[in-house]
This record gives sequence, structure tokens and C-alpha cells, in this order.
Amino acid sequence: MQYAAGSSSGSILRLESMKLDQAFGIHERALQLRARRAELLAGNLANAETPGFKARDFDFQKVLKQEMSQPVKMSVTHKGHVQMDAGMVSPAELLYRVPAQPSLDGNTVDPQQEYAAFSSNSLEYQASLRFLTGKIQSLKSAIRGD
Amino acid sequence: MSMFKIFDTAASGLSAQSSRLNLIASNMANADAISSSAAETYRARQPVFKAMLDQMNPDNASTGVKMVGVVESDAPLVSQYQPEHPLANEEGYIFRPNVNMVEEMANMISASRSYQSNVEVMNSAKQLLLATLRIGQ
Repeated sequence: MQYAAGSSSGSILRLESMKLDQAFGIHERALQLRARRAELLAGNLANAETPGFKARDFDFQKVLKQEMSQPVKMSVTHKGHVQMDAGMVSPAELLYRVPAQPSLDGNTVDPQQEYAAFSSNSLEYQASLRFLTGKIQSLKSAIRGD
Repeated sequence: MSMFKIFDTAASGLSAQSSRLNLIASNMANADAISSSAAETYRARQPVFKAMLDQMNPDNASTGVKMVGVVESDAPLVSQYQPEHPLANEEGYIFRPNVNMVEEMANMISASRSYQSNVEVMNSAKQLLLATLRIGQ
């Protein structure tokens, strides 16, 4: 379809080139990673008294930067191949926490530290949600045109 | 949505801790269960916890916990010489369980704290999911 040059058609072109799945930018990815991190920390807390359990976490900023610069996509050449889910963290990025004080049974969970990380992660999750809501509302008002 | 898995993880923590509390209650209730032979005497019981791994993907961290068994304490039983006791054996001894009350109390506090932290995790996850449902409003 050909568009004539003009101010109104210019805006149509721009809307067309904007993909909806990219409309939310970094916040969508951040939200998925926050959810994954919450899950991980909940696992650490549940295993606070399991002998030999090693607490795990990942470097949020590093993983998010990686996802944004070059999202890890595996090539799917067969119907049996599985694509990694969105918000999944590769096992290589899952690090082990260095315990502040050693325990006799080899468990490295410090419940206070894990709970603090969990709380701040929930707060950051809510911040990401707030940003997303802002994006959605600006899209909505653009659609309504008022 | 992976957030729902938090409920499973926290629930596994709750059930493991409540089984542990149950064992502690059993130990304390039987602390004075006297018997006439060492074999019949109650022994303090402790749970064995193990992290649950995702069978499909063992590299996938974030797991729940489960109680895989119960072990009986091998601390020595307390034998007392009380020939007038109705349960005394031929040599006049009775046997008391090897339950250590101080240990049990400390264990109980630890179990209830762990239970509480799992409840908190569940509540936070619920708040986050509710906020997610309201997204864009």
C-alpha cells in the first residue's frame, strides 16, 4: 500500500512499524526475570533447613542486560526441539550464594538474607508492574485519541 | 506463569515444617513414657528433609522441600533403678525415652519460625499476583 506524503500518513506509518510486543520495552523482560527470581528465593526459603542444600540466586542486572542485548534463542529445526521459555535463566547463570557463616550440615541458606532479597525483589516487581501500567495507559490514551 | 510455582514451593515448606512440628509434639508427649525393656522404649524421632528437584530438568533450581523419612535418635536411653515401680523388670530397672526437652523446645521454635517465613512468602506472592491481575487499570 502506498501512502501519500503528509502529516497524517506519517503517523500511520510510524504506528505500523511499531510492534506491539516491543511496546513494553525492558519492563516486560524485567517482570519475567523478577518472577523467576522470586521463585528461586522462595525455593531457598523453603529449604532453609534441608541438610546440604545450597542457596542459589542470579545476578539480575547481568541477566537482564544479556537478555536485552541478545536474547538467547535456540534454533528450532525439529518439531521435538524445545525453545526456552521467556523469563527462563540458563543454568550457567544460576550462582551459589557464599554463606556468611558456615553450618555443620552444609546448608548455605541464611533466612534473613533470603527474606530481605525476596522483599526487595517483590518491591521491584511492583515497580516494573507500575511502569507497565503506565505504558498501557499511554497506549490506551493514544488509541482513544483524547 | 512461573509465579504460581511459588505457591507449590511455599506449600511444600509448610507441610514439611508442620510434619516436623508433629514429630516434636510426639516426642514431647512421649517424654515420660516409661517401659520395662530397652527395645520397647520410645526413642526421640527427627524428620529428614530433602530438596525436591525438577525431574525433567535437574539444573532448574527453585525447588520445594519434602520429608523423606524419620530417623530415631540413637542417644542412650535413661535406665533407672526403681524396683518398686510396677513396670520395673526382673533386675528392678525401668527405661525412660531419650527425649531431650531443651533440644525439642529449640527445634520447635526453629520449626515455627520456618513455617512463618513460608507463610510470608505465600502472602507476598499472592499480593504480587493480585497486582499483576490489575495491570493496566
